[in-house]
Amino acid sequence: MSDKPETRRIVIEPVTRVEGHGKVTILLDDEAKVKQARLHIVEFRGFERFIQGRPFWELPVLVQRLCGICPVSHHLAAAKAVDGIVGVDTLTPTALKMRLLMHHGQFLQSHALHFFHLSSPDLLFGFDADVSERNVIGVAAKYPELARQGILLRKYGQEIIKATAGKKIHGTGAIPGGVNKNLSLEERDQLLSEIDQIMEWARGAVALAKGYTLEHLDDLSGFGSFDSNHLSIVRSDGAYDIYDGGLRARDAEGNIIFDHVENEKYDEYLAEEVRSWTYMKFPFIKEIGPEAGWYRVGPLARVNNCDFFDTPEAEKERKEFKSLTDDKPNNITMAYHWTRMIELLHSVEKIQELLNDSDLQGEDLVVTGKRRDEAVGIIEAPRGTLFHHYRVNEDDQVTMANLIVSTTSNNEPMNRAVQKVAEDYLSGVPEITEGLLNRVEVAIRAYDPCLSCATHAMGQMPLIVELMDQQGRIVDRKIKG
Amino acid sequence: MEKVVTFLLDGEVIQGQEGQSIMQAADKAGKYIPRLCAHKDLTPHGSCRICTVLVNGRPQSACTQPIADGILVESETPKVNQLRTDIIDMLFVEGNHFCMFCEKSGNCELQALAYRFGITAPKYPYQFPQRDVDASHPDIFLDRDRCVLCGRCVRASKELDGKNVFQFVGRGVEKRIAVNSEKGLKDTDADVVDKAISVCPVGAILKKRVGYAVPVGRRLYDHQPIGSASEDETTK
Repeated sequence: MSDKPETRRIVIEPVTRVEGHGKVTILLDDEAKVKQARLHIVEFRGFERFIQGRPFWELPVLVQRLCGICPVSHHLAAAKAVDGIVGVDTLTPTALKMRLLMHHGQFLQSHALHFFHLSSPDLLFGFDADVSERNVIGVAAKYPELARQGILLRKYGQEIIKATAGKKIHGTGAIPGGVNKNLSLEERDQLLSEIDQIMEWARGAVALAKGYTLEHLDDLSGFGSFDSNHLSIVRSDGAYDIYDGGLRARDAEGNIIFDHVENEKYDEYLAEEVRSWTYMKFPFIKEIGPEAGWYRVGPLARVNNCDFFDTPEAEKERKEFKSLTDDKPNNITMAYHWTRMIELLHSVEKIQELLNDSDLQGEDLVVTGKRRDEAVGIIEAPRGTLFHHYRVNEDDQVTMANLIVSTTSNNEPMNRAVQKVAEDYLSGVPEITEGLLNRVEVAIRAYDPCLSCATHAMGQMPLIVELMDQQGRIVDRKIKG
Repeated sequence: MEKVVTFLLDGEVIQGQEGQSIMQAADKAGKYIPRLCAHKDLTPHGSCRICTVLVNGRPQSACTQPIADGILVESETPKVNQLRTDIIDMLFVEGNHFCMFCEKSGNCELQALAYRFGITAPKYPYQFPQRDVDASHPDIFLDRDRCVLCGRCVRASKELDGKNVFQFVGRGVEKRIAVNSEKGLKDTDADVVDKAISVCPVGAILKKRVGYAVPVGRRLYDHQPIGSASEDETTK
């Protein structure tokens, strides 16, 4: 018998109920204590390289193929950058509002998908519930009205995308300097006819997420939680904004690290670190450095960062959320769900406001400007701040692309959450159950990661858990699915 | 007075003028025969073979085969359409056709033919050929990945524009469309208003900066399949 201490390695692959494919590895020492826990992204996409040589006007349509869940985010971030390439800094009111409508439709459908389809099984049935019930089919069976609302909220968001981009997924609405269509009166009236019902369901979604968080606050406060910096864009007056604004970063106490940073200067403030065990980079705030300069993005960061929402119901909800932490940033990982639903409500309010704006029926769709060779487009995607940076040669071909997608910024936070949950729930436990492993996934799911920024896998994904000795021999193996 | 020629197309009596091709007579009679390299303003080429019909049981290209009294022409039959489907399948894998982001999508004749023949995915292995783009011209973008070697641009440049901008080089699988200068399109007398630019049936020759200006839902083949009566005849 060897005297060497035995290390066991637990692998969760793939992580389920998230977009894309990833795996978690957990190393246990000979006393079954967690030595290391990591989230690995195992896909390589290569977009930044293979779009080189393509003409710049293709970018908004080409690059959105990164994702099947939030393609509008990539479509609009690329469109904003391409606006810069064609020398346009200000769109026509019709073009701007069509893009905003598209973007809020996207937030609505993406947030509804995540909350109702992917995360609600954990919240409604409990982390340890029978896995055969803890899924969207189980939700539909036990809470049919809730499941129906989730599906129809998402459908409404998809219909808005279709009305503004031509297709529910991978449309073409935003073009260099503007948009290719306005909103017809027929499209507007159809969408307006459902808005009151959608608003009611959005209020219910906030109440559900808020109620769950407050009811389980004692358990959730420490669940995968830690102090962090927060990054997002905010409007020039500090308002919440998902389409346009300067970069703002706060520390865990709420102190401003930088504010209203112009999009073009993002790389003076942020940098990325590469680690050998994952295809995903680790962004950080340059001034602080990679050790402590990492930050969160997404709903939690945006609601923590902004000074106010410019719609009444979302602002009321924001104030209630912030009152929990005396107006300081909330660092509870599971609070992502609550803030995500506040954002969903805000998007419905904005959709209603926009649908009643006659600018959407305007005919002035595109403006032109003086050609430039480099531009940056930054927006807030449902999962967080999204950066698109391009350089173009005199023949109109892309020569450089740098994309920092939202999930990349949440890489370090997700790894910290995995480490924390593993230490809190798996260390020293004699038997590692499926429910305990699900806790690791629950922490990852809170961030709504889009691991490949790609389309969904269909059907049930297998979960494979392997216990290995130090030589890599499998000593135990469980398969689900 | 030209002689009237009578023949049968899929069992229907068609009358045409002597000297017409089967395609010309069929078009006149309102009978669509699928095509790719053929264009009403250009000399027939007979190269793509999508317009293959059976004439008295033998395969012929409808764009080059003249009509004759009493011939039996089969076009819309399962056997002939299978031949056409196979050709379209091969064209898709022979080039690098990525419809999902191609700006010609919805207006592309190759894509529209694939929809007409119910092709949802290629059945042959992709060849992934290495081809070059030519972005040197200020107003024209040449993407050889999408070229189907139909030769419309070659003929249009000579016959309609009075130029000689495009030509084929190489043979067999190495055949490519070339331009009349080693320095690229910018060094030729190509102009964005040339017919050679607008007759391209696919996304190989594009006017720069047009992109996706036409929204989804208003493109040529968004609602009607290629060959429908409402189709814009200028694209053929």
